[in-house]
Amino acid sequence: MAILTGAAIGEPAPGITQQGGQPQAGQALGRIWRAIRSNKKAFAGAILLAIFTLLAIFPWAIARDNPQAEIYGRSLGPSAAHWFGTTYYGQDLFAQAVWGTRETLIIAVVSGALSTFLSVIMGLAAGYLGGLWDAVLNFITDVLLVIPTFPLLIIIVAYLPGIGVPGLITVLVITGYSYGARQLRAQTLSIRGRDYLEAARVRGERSIYVILVEIIPSMTSLIVATFLGTAVYNVLAAAGLQFLGLGNPDSVSWGTMLYWAQNNEALQTDQYLWAIIPGALIGLLGAAFALINYAFDEISNPALARVSLTRTRQLNPVLRRLSANRAN
Amino acid sequence: MRFVLRRAGFFVLTLWACVTLNFLLPRLMPGNPAIALMAKFHGRLNPAALKAIEIAFGVNTNENLAAQYVSYLHDLVTGNLGTSLTFFPTPVSVVIRGAILYTLGLVGVTTILAFIIGTLIGVAGAWRRGGWLDSILPPVFVITSAIPYFWVGMLLILVFGVKLNWFPYDFAYDPSLSPSLTLPFIGNVIVHSILPAIAILITSIGGWILTMRNTMITTLAEDYVKMARAKGLSSRRIMFDYAARNAILPNLSGFAMSVGFIVSGAVLVEYVFNYNGLGYLLVQALNAEDYPLMQALFLLITVAVLIAILLADIVTAILDPRTRSAR
Repeated sequence: MAILTGAAIGEPAPGITQQGGQPQAGQALGRIWRAIRSNKKAFAGAILLAIFTLLAIFPWAIARDNPQAEIYGRSLGPSAAHWFGTTYYGQDLFAQAVWGTRETLIIAVVSGALSTFLSVIMGLAAGYLGGLWDAVLNFITDVLLVIPTFPLLIIIVAYLPGIGVPGLITVLVITGYSYGARQLRAQTLSIRGRDYLEAARVRGERSIYVILVEIIPSMTSLIVATFLGTAVYNVLAAAGLQFLGLGNPDSVSWGTMLYWAQNNEALQTDQYLWAIIPGALIGLLGAAFALINYAFDEISNPALARVSLTRTRQLNPVLRRLSANRAN
Repeated sequence: MRFVLRRAGFFVLTLWACVTLNFLLPRLMPGNPAIALMAKFHGRLNPAALKAIEIAFGVNTNENLAAQYVSYLHDLVTGNLGTSLTFFPTPVSVVIRGAILYTLGLVGVTTILAFIIGTLIGVAGAWRRGGWLDSILPPVFVITSAIPYFWVGMLLILVFGVKLNWFPYDFAYDPSLSPSLTLPFIGNVIVHSILPAIAILITSIGGWILTMRNTMITTLAEDYVKMARAKGLSSRRIMFDYAARNAILPNLSGFAMSVGFIVSGAVLVEYVFNYNGLGYLLVQALNAEDYPLMQALFLLITVAVLIAILLADIVTAILDPRTRSAR
């Protein structure tokens, strides 16, 4: 929570400042992959995420049962036929957990990506164009930054009964981009006066070219960190909304599993797994994103790998974002 | 002074933006929710109440948007937040007054505790760099920051409520008691708030610890700390009077801000525990489609957060002159 104040939030985490040169986007992605491979924590996170991705793409390969079908005995305990038991409605919990990965992961990745895209546009435009652009864009971002996100989400979604995943994602993007935009703007401001940008301007390049070709590649790691942080935050926010029965309670996702578990008093009626499993899976998915981010401390600042004193100065940017936003 | 004025200007503009948002949201949404609402309540509400809903949501009025907006602002300024539909005919402001103390009590005390405990652990962790405390905290925080608040509450209910039966986990007090300022009642409220408080503590303390630890480590590397060591001052003195005192700034401004978030509180934790504070009220309003109550709660939460942010900025500027020129 300590990071939200106007002054403090302006500085991006020192660990994710860019590295001075102007690398090409392709190289940057290659370097990201190498960094993930060489960092144990990040690699563990990547494997975890890969497993979830496989579950989301091929759920039928692992769970043959239809997650919605109410065809089994009610509230059964775990057994060989139903590894996690069944719900009060006679649905297979294992199938629900596996099939629920898809919607949860889609929300995380798509809303994270779109949010990041919006953050980049708003942040870079504000930072690079300056003047009136900066004043207007930055004001919009600042307002969205200070409005308590979760109550705002509740209010918006309440007026849109039965919105599906696309609607949910839209709302998450609009309410969730501001934190990243703020950091990217600050980062843009700090490199605005660099010589290579001056050179591009003197060459007569247009702003859009400078932003796309000169600025964005140099900020890859900050952009990736923004994506990871937003993805975790959106997983939690979406789960919270679905837990309240907002959105579509008939969809299969971890959040709606929790909703039905709560509605049927699963904890009080000995159906623990119904409530425990989806929450644990949400935590694991969030941890996967947060762990991957450890790789970026090191690519963006190789000195960190050796100098342990400076290393401790950084807080994993994903965690920074989460601790700044734990208002839900 | 210029700094304060600039922040105050932002405060006013943001407040205006939120109020306008609150005004526009129900009017922009496809199929004005108030129309469905009025159909639902038709015959059950008296004409005056229906009229109030019409005004609040801009249905069936011949007024144009601008005129509606003016009367909406006027109502807000005069403190008329409308009438709750769930608790009809109680005005929204009275309903909120009944819940706000519970949230302030639960989330307020928990936030203060999390701040104090978290800051102390952070100081200790930074002081003994690489010690056991320092090495287990970051991984633990990765996990606690990624799990949903409310799910922690559910686990606590399961273990300490349902299984062990150590603590009550439903409502803010025993329903057989009536709220009063007597010791038995207050004791009852405290017992009921233990589990939700632990849920909030577990998931929020990590931020305080890590921020404090990280700033403290930087401060410990400063020359004036070396100087203090060279002078042979006691560890305790260096730790608290030299290092922690300077390192606490980010945490302190964070604290000022989270005071605002107390009101928005832990909506979902209150919901899980049926703890009748503002968050629970918000969910109740949501389920009952009580839009006037919902809007008033949202406005209240936003205003609280805005005031806190304004205070946080001013406090930081007073304590740390370096931030005054920062944007």
